[in-house]
Amino acid sequence: MQSTSNKVSTYLGIPVARPKVAFFELSSCEGCQLQMVNNEATLLDFLSLVEIVAFREAMTEQADDYQIAFVEGSVTRADEVERLRKIRSIAKVLVALGSCACFGGVNQLKNRFQDPAWVKKQVYGTHVVESNDQAQPLEAFVPVDLRIFGCPVKKEEVEKIVTNVVLGKSVVLPKYPVCMECKANKNTCLFDIGEPCLGPITRGGCDSWCPNSRMGCWGCRGPAEDANVEQMKEIMKKNGFSEETMLDRLECFGGFAKHADVLRKSITAK
Amino acid sequence: MKTTRTIDIHHITRVEGHGNIKIVIRDGKLEEARWEVVETPRFFEAMLVGKKWENAPWISGRICGICSIGHTLASIRAIENAFGIVPTEQTRKLRLLLKHMETLQSHILHLYFLAVPDFLNVGSVFPLIGSHPDVVARAAQMKQLANDVCDCIGGRRMHPTRTVVGGFTMVPEKKELVQFRTRLKDATDDLLRTVELFRTFAVPDFTRETEFVSLKGDKSYPFIGGDLASTDGVTRREHEYRLMTNEYTVEQSTSKWSRLSRASFAVGALARVNNNFDFLHPAAKEIAASFGLKPMNHNPYMNNIAQLVECVHVARESITLIDELTGSTWQEPRQPVSPKSGIGVGAVEVPRGILYHSYEFDNEGRITHCDCVIPTSQNHANIQHDLKKLAEQYASQGKQDRDIELLAQMLVRSYDPCISCSVH
Repeated sequence: MQSTSNKVSTYLGIPVARPKVAFFELSSCEGCQLQMVNNEATLLDFLSLVEIVAFREAMTEQADDYQIAFVEGSVTRADEVERLRKIRSIAKVLVALGSCACFGGVNQLKNRFQDPAWVKKQVYGTHVVESNDQAQPLEAFVPVDLRIFGCPVKKEEVEKIVTNVVLGKSVVLPKYPVCMECKANKNTCLFDIGEPCLGPITRGGCDSWCPNSRMGCWGCRGPAEDANVEQMKEIMKKNGFSEETMLDRLECFGGFAKHADVLRKSITAK
Repeated sequence: MKTTRTIDIHHITRVEGHGNIKIVIRDGKLEEARWEVVETPRFFEAMLVGKKWENAPWISGRICGICSIGHTLASIRAIENAFGIVPTEQTRKLRLLLKHMETLQSHILHLYFLAVPDFLNVGSVFPLIGSHPDVVARAAQMKQLANDVCDCIGGRRMHPTRTVVGGFTMVPEKKELVQFRTRLKDATDDLLRTVELFRTFAVPDFTRETEFVSLKGDKSYPFIGGDLASTDGVTRREHEYRLMTNEYTVEQSTSKWSRLSRASFAVGALARVNNNFDFLHPAAKEIAASFGLKPMNHNPYMNNIAQLVECVHVARESITLIDELTGSTWQEPRQPVSPKSGIGVGAVEVPRGILYHSYEFDNEGRITHCDCVIPTSQNHANIQHDLKKLAEQYASQGKQDRDIELLAQMLVRSYDPCISCSVH
């Protein structure tokens, strides 16, 4: 990073500190980290804003001196708890990057099975592999300062949040649902073309990323403020979608885990 | 004097996922060389059990952040094969174009961001922003082009949104495709400069006779579906993939390993080139020849060059695909789907090699069994065997620890492993 570390970033003409930033991954597809280098047009600007001191997927040098830690992935094994605690002890700001870190993500789909031994056997047979019974979000183990939702995260949103952190501004996450952004984007409502969608209850900020492509929302960003899940169930039912379809969406990323548990129990009881 | 030298690399960098290299050399002789995979399993194959078919591409695509498009397409193909759906010509072309652009973005990411730093003796691509700004800008420009096309066709460069069983939720605007055609033409120069850059690098001289497995080309260089072939002469149908992969568990890895005719085999760009060289675009073939790459090549480091050759191939073929797509009238993007019971297999050549998804369905289209065999898991045993021979050879030549350490890491990086994907 020597090549860029001598540049001084400014905001409205005032120099701003370049915080030392580290990226880490627990159980994940590493896609959210990859999103950081996936927006080539703004990559260099972003790099001038921070000093990356650890990013194993991209660089060999690693330092244990950083102010902001981005942690991707969910916690699924004892050694990850240790790694996470160490990161927490160093970082001033711990950011949960993406839905796996915020809610458990798709990894928590294994939690729905009653018998964790069956889950292991299904994949490894009799071969013994160490893994926690549940895939859990970072917050189950350490306090988290900031959460960036999404599967994957949206680079533009990450950049906005990082800029605010660097400038010491408070970070305000949208409270409104995806549905509002979708309407603002003048999309045809997914229900009108026969697709299920959790847009009405899912937290916005993604600019209705999936609905823009005529793919109904799967709730990867978790609930919007005042999300009315009961009403959502009614809408899905009225549009001819089964409780199973509702559950598929509700349980996919873990943001609605409590609601999904209730619905799953009610379906199983029938 | 008796000496023991230990090379211990915990969580090798500039690869996707978590793996360790351990090498012990006693009195100039190799005692141990181990490639360990310590990645946590996420249990995707269990996760999908009980889920309806439409969940599979959406969930299993999330096995991998780098090749999510390839996973999604393999998943869709497995489902379509199980339900007897034959994709339309339009869908096949759009999928192939999408696949090509994932290959391009992934290969460029690997070549420039993960491999080049070793050849230029730096720890990452970041110092190159200052020292070689033109190189970094070129890499970013090509990667962006490939990603932009993926956004346009797949809806999103990562975890695509428009790719569904039966086709696409929507098709791109033709005028967008025309713009990409121009950018792809312009990228020809960038690719040639990439070739020139790699010509200045010394590819380590190391060979170990290897069996290579990939899709078997029929009339073209294969990417989506078809027969399976190995350079040792094994051929199988797509649905017989288990006879090619023969997965088993080992103590040193949370990823399964594979074998076929020998103790290990390799998949990836070099395997594809070794099996299907004749089907490469003439421009790609010419570049391959200029690097001395032709079948059979047994140098694992040449996988980098094979990726470079494939970049040229996919860029050229994409131009033709765009011409064909823009020259035809858009048809209905999506076919109806009627689930039925049965087993379906989808084999797709993703950047790191051949990938298989296989699902068994009940008559309502609910998954009763799921199996995914990942390219990197097929490569792990081969990496282990390469690593052992490499360490043996270099230890007996009296190479320094520092050199062995670098060459061992470069070996692993040559395979462009996607470790979290391999454990899934």
